[in-house]
Amino acid sequence: MSLTAVLALIVSSTLVYSAPLIFTSLGGVFSENAGIVNIGLEGIMTMGAFSSIVFNLTFASSLGSLTPWLGAIVGGIVGWIFSLLHAVATINFHADHVISGTVLNLMAPPLGVFLIKAIYDKGQTENISANFGYYNFPGLAQIPFIGPVFFKNTSAPAWVAIIFSIILWWLLYKTRLGLRLRSAGENPQAADTMGINVYKMRYLGVSISGFLGGIGGAVFAEAISGNFSVSTIVGQGFMALAAVIFGKWNPIGAMLSSLFFGFAQSLSIIGDQLPFISKIPSVYMQIAPYVITIVVLVIFLGKSVAPAADGINYIKAK
Amino acid sequence: MIKVTIRTKKVLVPVISVIAGFLVGAIIMLIWSYNPIQGYISMFQSALGNMNGIGETIREATPLIFTAIGFTIAAKTGFFNIGLPGQAQAGWLTSIWFVLAHPSMPKLILLPLAILLGAIAGAIVAGIAGILRAYFGTNEVITTIMLNYIVLYSSQYLMQQVMSANLRIDTDTTKNISNNGSLRLDWLSNLFGDSRINGGIFLALIAVIIFWFLMKKTTIGFEIKAVGLNPFASRYAGISSKKNIILSMALSGGFAGIGGVIQGLGTYQNYFTQTTSLDIGWDGLSVALLGSNTAVGILIAALLFSILKIGGLGMQTVAGIPYEIVSIVIAAIIFFIAINYVIDLLFTVKKGPKNQDHLKKDEHTDNIVNTNSKISRKDQI
Repeated sequence: MSLTAVLALIVSSTLVYSAPLIFTSLGGVFSENAGIVNIGLEGIMTMGAFSSIVFNLTFASSLGSLTPWLGAIVGGIVGWIFSLLHAVATINFHADHVISGTVLNLMAPPLGVFLIKAIYDKGQTENISANFGYYNFPGLAQIPFIGPVFFKNTSAPAWVAIIFSIILWWLLYKTRLGLRLRSAGENPQAADTMGINVYKMRYLGVSISGFLGGIGGAVFAEAISGNFSVSTIVGQGFMALAAVIFGKWNPIGAMLSSLFFGFAQSLSIIGDQLPFISKIPSVYMQIAPYVITIVVLVIFLGKSVAPAADGINYIKAK
Repeated sequence: MIKVTIRTKKVLVPVISVIAGFLVGAIIMLIWSYNPIQGYISMFQSALGNMNGIGETIREATPLIFTAIGFTIAAKTGFFNIGLPGQAQAGWLTSIWFVLAHPSMPKLILLPLAILLGAIAGAIVAGIAGILRAYFGTNEVITTIMLNYIVLYSSQYLMQQVMSANLRIDTDTTKNISNNGSLRLDWLSNLFGDSRINGGIFLALIAVIIFWFLMKKTTIGFEIKAVGLNPFASRYAGISSKKNIILSMALSGGFAGIGGVIQGLGTYQNYFTQTTSLDIGWDGLSVALLGSNTAVGILIAALLFSILKIGGLGMQTVAGIPYEIVSIVIAAIIFFIAINYVIDLLFTVKKGPKNQDHLKKDEHTDNIVNTNSKISRKDQI
């Protein structure tokens, strides 16, 4: 294999596997900056994956190549609705964030499979016909070397996700809304004193995480798994959560760490085709993303600080 | 608002949560035009209607008691051990492997050793998270989840590549263990209509007593709880928080590991490739949360969830309702447990002697992951 071909393979599969993580971790960044720990990202992704697959199977024949994109938006909306459970529990009802998030994770897989069984009468859906597939950027793909590596046969959702991360970085750090949202997670008492509606900001944070997490799950389902079953989303949500921490609660940071985790995940898939790596027993490649996540957290966690009121319920009367 | 005594209120929260959870299940069934009354009746009938059903329900509850105790011990230090599935799986594979490799060892040595090794395997998996937490402040929620997947894939590899082919039937299933290493008791199985109930239930009852004794009567239990309530104050009092974090995590994993051993030596008599994290881990977590981390609560909650899980199978065959509905009900119950603040609003505690208020506070700190330790943990997710 030529160098360009090897690089192109690595980059494109990294992008494919990163896209769901980027979307989801961006959502996590907003939730945590607003002060709500969202360990339920995994469950939200599951609901997004479920709904996008159902949408895709139903409308692929009439909507054609637009289907996966609309499916992702449907997944986002369903993820958002699902995340409201977490928002109500933590913001209004003072629930422990980790327990409430765990409920989302416990709830989503059986709910998805239950509905699949209720709709299709079996535990796993058919494979979808309209998936994201690979995309060639017109013009950009013709650039020598850079074109084939980055813009040819690549994942369009990943590039959308990368652009999203820049927009969301701007939203979080350069706008009044972003400042208010962060203040709700940093010092809710002070924010409230200044007339900021802390509950509203926290609802906004969780909603964004639900919407983006749903999109993340949908992108995973429509680009990678191709169907929905109980084992469609296995740990991607938690990996996205790790990317939030590794990325220091910053949208750009979360995007870059998602790319890194996506790379680690893709290695176990494309490892066979790469020289050197193909000799390593596959189990090491399989567990690599999870081991790397732990190692990264151990090494880098000491240097990162979460929003001060992250995970702490704000009770107005206090 | 209804006035109740503090004691009634402690019971009311789980009871109302369970009822509300069942209602959520009923609503979902109604939406998809299943008959909830028929569904729930068939559920209770198949779980409790005959001796086999009762035996299976007790069998299902056995490992859950262990994993729930595991979760609780960690929770007392302010830890959220979400890695129970991986720890249980490590225990399961280890015990089966050991028993298969020593078929001729006398039962009196083989069985206790296999259980012990399973516990150690679980303790090691959980201990990793404990050490990382104690020395590097790494969040245990993420590490234990990642360890679940690491155990999941490593077990597959160990069984398919490392385990001797003589011990396996095919790449995905091991041979059945010999009687020497089994927890099955013939008289017990016969009593309960040939169900898979096994001696594990007696171990579970002993474990509940040990757990109660450990937490209430020993220095270890006291130190673990002290670190959970206030790590700074306990350090000031000369209690090492590092030691206790690792110890409680290892104990937690040890109990979860035995939960897996029960699945292996009791329920299935072999090990087979797992594709997702073990159910007994997640269910044990739910049991502990519903049982509000007390010995008696765990026993009752484990039985209730087992009725759901075993009855759910009957529900699917008799009433044609997908089995997953019971997992939805369980998740809904935990959701209501989590928002117990709402139930607090409905029921106020009778104003009695002065110490009532103090008691009320106690009840809050007792609530699973206590808020005190939350504040001190800056490195959180």
